[in-house]
Amino acid sequence: MAKRHVTTTVNGEPREFLCEVDQTLLDALRDELGLTGSKEGCGSGDCGACSVMLDGRLVCACLALAVEAEGREVETIEGMAEGERLHPLQRTFLEEAALQCGICTPGFLVAAKALLDRDLDPSETEIRYWLAGNLCRCTGYDKIVRAVQKAAAEMRAEA
Amino acid sequence: MAKVVLPNEVARELAGGLKEVEVEAENYRQLLKALDSRFPGMGDRLRDGVAVAIDGEIFQEPFLELIREDSEVFFLPQIEAG
Amino acid sequence: MSDSASRFKWVGTRPVRPDGLDKVTGRANFGADFTMPGMLVGRIVRSPHAHARIAGIDASAALAVPGVKAVVTAEDFPEIPDGELMVGEGPMNFRDLSCNVMARDKALYDGHAVAAVAATSRAAAEEAVDRIRVDYEVLPHVVDVLEAMEPDAPLLHETMFTEGVEPKPERPSNVASRCEFTLGDLDSGFAAADVVVEGEYVTEAVHQGYIEPHAAVASVGEDGQCTVWCSSQGQFMVRAYCAKLLGMENSQIRVTPSEIGGGFGGKTTIYVEPVALALSRKAGRPVKIVMDRDEVFRATGPTSSAHVKVRVGATRDGKITAGDAELRFQAGAFSGSHVQLGCMCGFAPYDIDNVRTVGYDVVVNRPKCAAYRAPGAPMAAFGVESALDDLAEKLGMDPLELRLANAAREGTKAAYGPKFREIGYAETVEAALSHEHYRAKLGPNQGRGVASGFWFNIGGQTSAALHINEDGTAVVVDPNPDIGGSRASMAIMAAEVLGIDYDRVRPIVPDTSSVPYSDMTGGSRVTFSVGMAVVEAGQKVIEELRNRAAKIWDVDPDGVVWENGEARPASSNVGEFEPLSLTALAESSAKTGGPISGQATINARGVGPGFGTHVCDVEVDPETGGVTVLRYTAVQDVGRAIHPSYVEGQLQGGAVQGIGWALNEEYVYSEAGTLENPGFLDYRVPVASDLPMIDTVLVEVPNPRHPYGVRGVGEVPIVPPLAAVANAIYHACGTRMNHLPASPPRLLAALDAAKLPEAAD
Ligand code: FES
Ligand code: FES
Repeated sequence: MAKRHVTTTVNGEPREFLCEVDQTLLDALRDELGLTGSKEGCGSGDCGACSVMLDGRLVCACLALAVEAEGREVETIEGMAEGERLHPLQRTFLEEAALQCGICTPGFLVAAKALLDRDLDPSETEIRYWLAGNLCRCTGYDKIVRAVQKAAAEMRAEA
Repeated sequence: MAKVVLPNEVARELAGGLKEVEVEAENYRQLLKALDSRFPGMGDRLRDGVAVAIDGEIFQEPFLELIREDSEVFFLPQIEAG
Repeated sequence: MSDSASRFKWVGTRPVRPDGLDKVTGRANFGADFTMPGMLVGRIVRSPHAHARIAGIDASAALAVPGVKAVVTAEDFPEIPDGELMVGEGPMNFRDLSCNVMARDKALYDGHAVAAVAATSRAAAEEAVDRIRVDYEVLPHVVDVLEAMEPDAPLLHETMFTEGVEPKPERPSNVASRCEFTLGDLDSGFAAADVVVEGEYVTEAVHQGYIEPHAAVASVGEDGQCTVWCSSQGQFMVRAYCAKLLGMENSQIRVTPSEIGGGFGGKTTIYVEPVALALSRKAGRPVKIVMDRDEVFRATGPTSSAHVKVRVGATRDGKITAGDAELRFQAGAFSGSHVQLGCMCGFAPYDIDNVRTVGYDVVVNRPKCAAYRAPGAPMAAFGVESALDDLAEKLGMDPLELRLANAAREGTKAAYGPKFREIGYAETVEAALSHEHYRAKLGPNQGRGVASGFWFNIGGQTSAALHINEDGTAVVVDPNPDIGGSRASMAIMAAEVLGIDYDRVRPIVPDTSSVPYSDMTGGSRVTFSVGMAVVEAGQKVIEELRNRAAKIWDVDPDGVVWENGEARPASSNVGEFEPLSLTALAESSAKTGGPISGQATINARGVGPGFGTHVCDVEVDPETGGVTVLRYTAVQDVGRAIHPSYVEGQLQGGAVQGIGWALNEEYVYSEAGTLENPGFLDYRVPVASDLPMIDTVLVEVPNPRHPYGVRGVGEVPIVPPLAAVANAIYHACGTRMNHLPASPPRLLAALDAAKLPEAAD
């Protein structure tokens, strides 16, 4: 079948790619655009390792089709830092040792940022429920939750 | 003489059920030799794939570890990585 | 919290890990992130049957699909004779491994690989998979460990005769072996007991559940030289195993480890790597295979399901006089469950004169089990620690006091034979007893459980190198894949021994050709063993640095000491010299003898065993059977924490995996023997909203045989939680869960069953 041409914006930059009609957004990001920061842990929407923002909404890139990106804005882990400057969440994840193997980390960071973008003062329970779609097998979540709390506190102090 | 505790199966098959034996040896290699001359075949049987605890310390690939007069030597299965 | 804090500059601190930036920006390359020009996509054909004879495989239709470049089956792998061979890691049955990687004659479980294809696109590869015709003769199957032991059970291997029983059996069976460990005299132990408790404890198979599926890229050159990029717990293991399975020499294969997205023991063996090599050899192009999640569940891992019987006797005042256990572990389709280790671990925390543990290793039509964190120990501890909870209740004793009264200490004969050297088990119980958590108030339907656990920890063959760069910064060559922050620990130890700043040390994890052999990342050996090698390499560097300084000052090397990262005269007798920094010495190295570097190759000795004690509070919902973990504290003797955050992380992660094992995770098989829940939706691992914070207490009883006192820490924390949770449930609702997971339907059924007699009254 003929490939589709998709024009989209990824991390603020205009991008174009060719994809199959049934190709997922995750595969297109990874295989067509070389953005391998988004990970595939399940391919079925259950692990959150592929979390990206599509027009400001948190989605599993493994459940979205690549053609759906047409004319829309995609944000991935690769766009989270501003040049040299890490997002506060990226920094607190490092400071709090919120990653062990790190495979889940891009997904958690994208999801946590989506939370803090709408609420800078989430409770522990809110953080835990917001991140319930992201699986981490290594950390037991403790340090991830603490890193999100710490970033939120820092961002509140700055705001 | 060092006290050697054999694995149950090896004791049954090669030592007529004797589980504990006393052996004169200065290191593990000598100990295996001594066991083999007393119980033919035991040297081969215990050469690979076993771990040994000498005075409480476990060695996964024993060979030249020192054995003291009053040492206690236990054979164990090798411990796998998790 | 340790006396060490003042003695060390870097050990015990919490710097940001050297590989951290790459991992929070998406730059780190994991198994599936590697590509090569001209690379093909490999896919695997898997058996839909639990047990079937493979009468024939017809690949012609698959090969006709445009873009398909190669198909391989067992015929593309040399047939390997039965029996165990030694490779670096220890004995391995390569016939079994080969048959597991690619079924020969029989498919032995749902998901067993029977063929593989390589094609130019994933779509073409998938179409080819669909068009491969496998002629199966379906055979009766068995997936339950007790049923598999019955004399008339369907037989997996006609050549399997139980080892370790007298007389030697005349008929084959599914019982691969029996093992037995004895200490003292069991009968007299029970005769001396005033109180005896016993029970049967069942656990289901669980998967290691790493988030990163297995992935490999392999490329075979025309000259037979091969390169593999993959995610594993040991690049040397991958090299040796692939070489054996493909009839090659180690020198033909170079394996580059990617970052590894979790393993927990599940990546201590190979699955897709040799298949990618075989496909690449046939197609003449690089081949990449990435498993889907359902393939991960159906064909890799998991741990054994287990049936454990325990009997414990004690005197009225709480001295345990006898412990008896029988463990039946299913190994999956090939022998090699970790039942022996389970036998050795169950009673290990206690000083008991009379112990017997018997284990059976049983094959069934399920994927071959793989190591999972402290392999074998959690199931054994679930039985023993549940029985001890009953014992404490019968004796009217506090369950921690009971454990403390019977705690193994230095000089205690371990239940598996030898005497313990320096251990910190009692210290963990004392820390749990005095923890505020243990006295906190509980509400209705809430209960508190405690349990302990043991793991040996291991050392093994290890290499490391320290290179001093021309500007005085340093590279630590760490041969073990970094699965949870070990680069940080190595950099800390290197900085500590050299006396330089942590930021001036960069660790790398190289390929198999760039560093001498090292055993796998696993068994809680890396911080211990590689750390030891790093320190030794550092000492060699320091010796060299003293030589260089001696040359510059024209004095004897003995007159030079290395302090705080500088060469100084040992005393004023040597002469008056300004100290020479590492940077100064590195910059002048051309004059003094060339580059400065140290390497160590060791077989690490002197491991210190680890013990942990966990306290768990739960609330049981009597309407739904749901269990909420309210509070959790994990106490462990860690020897010395090099980077405390990552040590805490090991305790937290292990505890949560244990909680998942206790409450939700299980392999569910259909009547037909197919896996019913091969995805994260139905195989439910704990998520953030299921859990509270996991408190940790790091008890530090240093291991005197490690330069910094390290014990392993990663395995122990998965051992106590099964019983800690089950004991908490019992104290919350009075129902003892002898069968885990205590998922809502199972707990509800148990609660209802307990209510029935009341209703009848
Ligand atoms: S890969 Fe998309 S949710 Fe798991
Ligand atoms: S850090 Fe390994 S899965 Fe989260």
